[in-house]
Amino acid sequence: MAELNSKIPKGPVAQKWSNYKAHQNLVNPSNKRKLDIIVVGTGLAGASAAASFGELGFNVKIFCYQDSPRRAHSIAAQGGINAAKNYPNDGDSVYRLFYDTLKGGDYRAREANVHRLAEVSNAIIDQCVAQGVPFAREYGGSLENRSFGGAQVSRTFFARGQTGQQLLLGAYSALSRQIKLGMVKMYNRHEMMDLVMVDGKARGIIARNLITGKLERYFGHAVILATGGYGNVFYLSTNAMGSNTSAIWQAMKHGAYFANPCFTQIHPTCIPVHGDYQSKLTLMSESLRNDGRIWVPKKKEDAEKNRQGQLKANDIPEEDRDYFLERRYPAFGNLVPRDVASRAAKERCDAGFGVGPTGLAVFLDFKESIGRLGKHVIEERYGNLFQMYEKIVDENPYENPMMIYPAVHYTMGGLWVDYELQSTITGLFVAGEANFSDHGANRLGASALMQGLADGYFVLPYTVQNYLSAEIKTPRIPVDSKAFADAEKKVQDRLEKLMAIQGTNTVDHFHKELGKIMWEHVGMGRTKEGLTKGIALIRDLRKKFWSDVRIPGKIEELNVELEKANRVADFLELGELLALDALERNESCGGHFREEYQTPEGECLRDDQDYKYVAAWEYVKEGEFRLHKEPLVYEETEVKARNYK
Amino acid sequence: MNLTLKIWRQKDAKSKGKFVIYKLDNISPNCSFLEMLDILNESLIRKNEEPVVFDHDCREGICGMCSLYINGRPHGPDDAVTACQLHMRKFKDGDTITVEPWRAKPFPVIKDLMVDRTAFDRIIQEGGYISVNTGGAMEANHILIPKPAAELSMDAAACIGCGACVAACKNASAMLFVSAKVSQFALLPQGRPEAKERVMKMVKMMDDLGFGNCTNTYACEAECPKSISRSNIARMNLEFICAKASWE
Repeated sequence: MAELNSKIPKGPVAQKWSNYKAHQNLVNPSNKRKLDIIVVGTGLAGASAAASFGELGFNVKIFCYQDSPRRAHSIAAQGGINAAKNYPNDGDSVYRLFYDTLKGGDYRAREANVHRLAEVSNAIIDQCVAQGVPFAREYGGSLENRSFGGAQVSRTFFARGQTGQQLLLGAYSALSRQIKLGMVKMYNRHEMMDLVMVDGKARGIIARNLITGKLERYFGHAVILATGGYGNVFYLSTNAMGSNTSAIWQAMKHGAYFANPCFTQIHPTCIPVHGDYQSKLTLMSESLRNDGRIWVPKKKEDAEKNRQGQLKANDIPEEDRDYFLERRYPAFGNLVPRDVASRAAKERCDAGFGVGPTGLAVFLDFKESIGRLGKHVIEERYGNLFQMYEKIVDENPYENPMMIYPAVHYTMGGLWVDYELQSTITGLFVAGEANFSDHGANRLGASALMQGLADGYFVLPYTVQNYLSAEIKTPRIPVDSKAFADAEKKVQDRLEKLMAIQGTNTVDHFHKELGKIMWEHVGMGRTKEGLTKGIALIRDLRKKFWSDVRIPGKIEELNVELEKANRVADFLELGELLALDALERNESCGGHFREEYQTPEGECLRDDQDYKYVAAWEYVKEGEFRLHKEPLVYEETEVKARNYK
Repeated sequence: MNLTLKIWRQKDAKSKGKFVIYKLDNISPNCSFLEMLDILNESLIRKNEEPVVFDHDCREGICGMCSLYINGRPHGPDDAVTACQLHMRKFKDGDTITVEPWRAKPFPVIKDLMVDRTAFDRIIQEGGYISVNTGGAMEANHILIPKPAAELSMDAAACIGCGACVAACKNASAMLFVSAKVSQFALLPQGRPEAKERVMKMVKMMDDLGFGNCTNTYACEAECPKSISRSNIARMNLEFICAKASWE
């Protein structure tokens, strides 16, 4: 059993990262050439890490399941990226960004990691500007900022509503340069199927070539997983269709611990669900809350009439509107953090004030800001989002308020990593959304892009090098060795087992069923009874899946259904762990809300006495997990109840 | 809605493809085009037939992976959207809808509606970047960029690399795609030091990969889901001519 040693460097929190870098081991240029690094995933964390390793002189192999590394789902992030530049002179600092992120995470993240994130945030902006990322500018030519939830300063840098796209294309261009130089070898349309362990260390992966269907073996002195979050366990989410948990789940079966799986983020501003055939939910950027006001009717009968289609939003007079975020949280208003905004919207809908055909929606209204700033300003700021809304919903948001509802968006939990981003498996590093590291129980807006790039550009190039300094004498392990052959055999057996079922229901059928269970019992409001029931239902569904799923075609060919089945099989295990973690955590904090633990005003009731720890789960066998606890120690900050009032 | 679908089926790159007709009933007009294909595939699997293969991922119009040629138009009848954001309300009950893959020599079909677009990656690898190593950057606000230039650069950078421009062009030209990347950097001071080399190399690779020339029909701009402007092509031509003149 691995020990939970977070390896936090000594010294005051503001000096830990400098101390680490001053004393870490390095690898000289001639030895770098002898070392191979595998990176799985080409999002912000994976692409930036691979490019940086290539620049340093390591041999890199990078994998993605999409047709091009530029497709990774970081591309869909809209609103922005935080940094502590303090260009607007509004009181920001590294400490303030550190503090806001820690508080935003409801004091369930490590101080040292979060401080490092805030420290490197400014260098990320410098790097991206140097790469030619076209950030928004003021008329004087300097960079423009805007506000995001959970902060009282404007520290968010953005490129219209496509910041993730532009940052990813920046990392992709740096990656492309290294591919051309021969430092990085790109494997697109390849999916990691399993991790290869040699003498207790991560030494490679088994990947499936998605075009031929053949299994392939790859060696690396170190393996980095940057495979994103597991939000698709809910089926409907803002994640891409292919986003999955399989890489980290397979790593878990080899001994990597899974931390805080129940910390999932429900984003308040998504386009509401409209039908059974629906395949995904579309996010409307949090930046909209800068200028949009969220409300529901004050009178239940008005809400009822709106649901029946008899009363339009614009016909409800001002005095009959309840701007519930401004009412409940006057200090932060519409810019409260995501978890708070989501729960408040759910509360109103549950109480019968929801609008739209399903009653599961609230209004996001731009009338006031269009009146104040003019339509052209709103169009310049959010034009592409308004267009996207209109294409999907078929209604003009300049004239009618948008309808929005919370949806699964981001997962703060992930593989447990120490300060070096190394998992409990030696030589296995985890970056970006795939790790649990920086966001505690709730992530603030515009911090995911910051973390992905921090890990890839500025953390892993140091910490992985520190690890590899002890590996310079390790020769490349041939992929025809027993460890690789055994690992491939195991994957082959699993694929054959899946193909042999030939049942009656499709993979999507099971995925949708799992999603319904998760949303209903492990979603925004969790209870002991609901979670217990959820676990039983997931177990039952998993059994059915393994006896009744139907996968057409063969293994050794392009087989989309087989790809999906392999991912859903892992979601069916992860879902249970997520519910188990939620059941075990008898408190409410951040994105995890247990209805039994709330204040009389309906806010989260944290239990710092008993639950101020990271829950790190060890895989024992299917459906059996062992809990390890990493206590969280706060030296720099005082742990307080979060207050946005 | 009741629909007749005429879909291109092709086993693999080497096999000959053909259209196959499918009937689909009771489709909601609020369904996206890809969700409609999901419903078709669900029914095919239940009938023990092979589902239709097509590329897709984010389903919110930004990853650029979906690539369907619908009723003779890349991404279908709606303007300025990808196929994943095309909704069935843009069709009529009883319609026959023809679905094909991108047709261009540099984008060979992999299976059914899925094509290989790695040619785009190879063009970017030739010079679609600014050569700066991690950590080698100066303070961000030391580079002042006039807002209009930054906006134009962003207009060009909005390209999602889907390949609709190539599919729309009778010459299978990639000029709009390549010029968008050339323009993004040409408009920024950071991009100037390598501007000449960049445009020369990217254009050469574009030609080597077999993409056609531009004959100014502007079908690319008309069909681009992100409305990338053809003025980028003019800018690239200017960059190219200047680069070539000073190169030789």
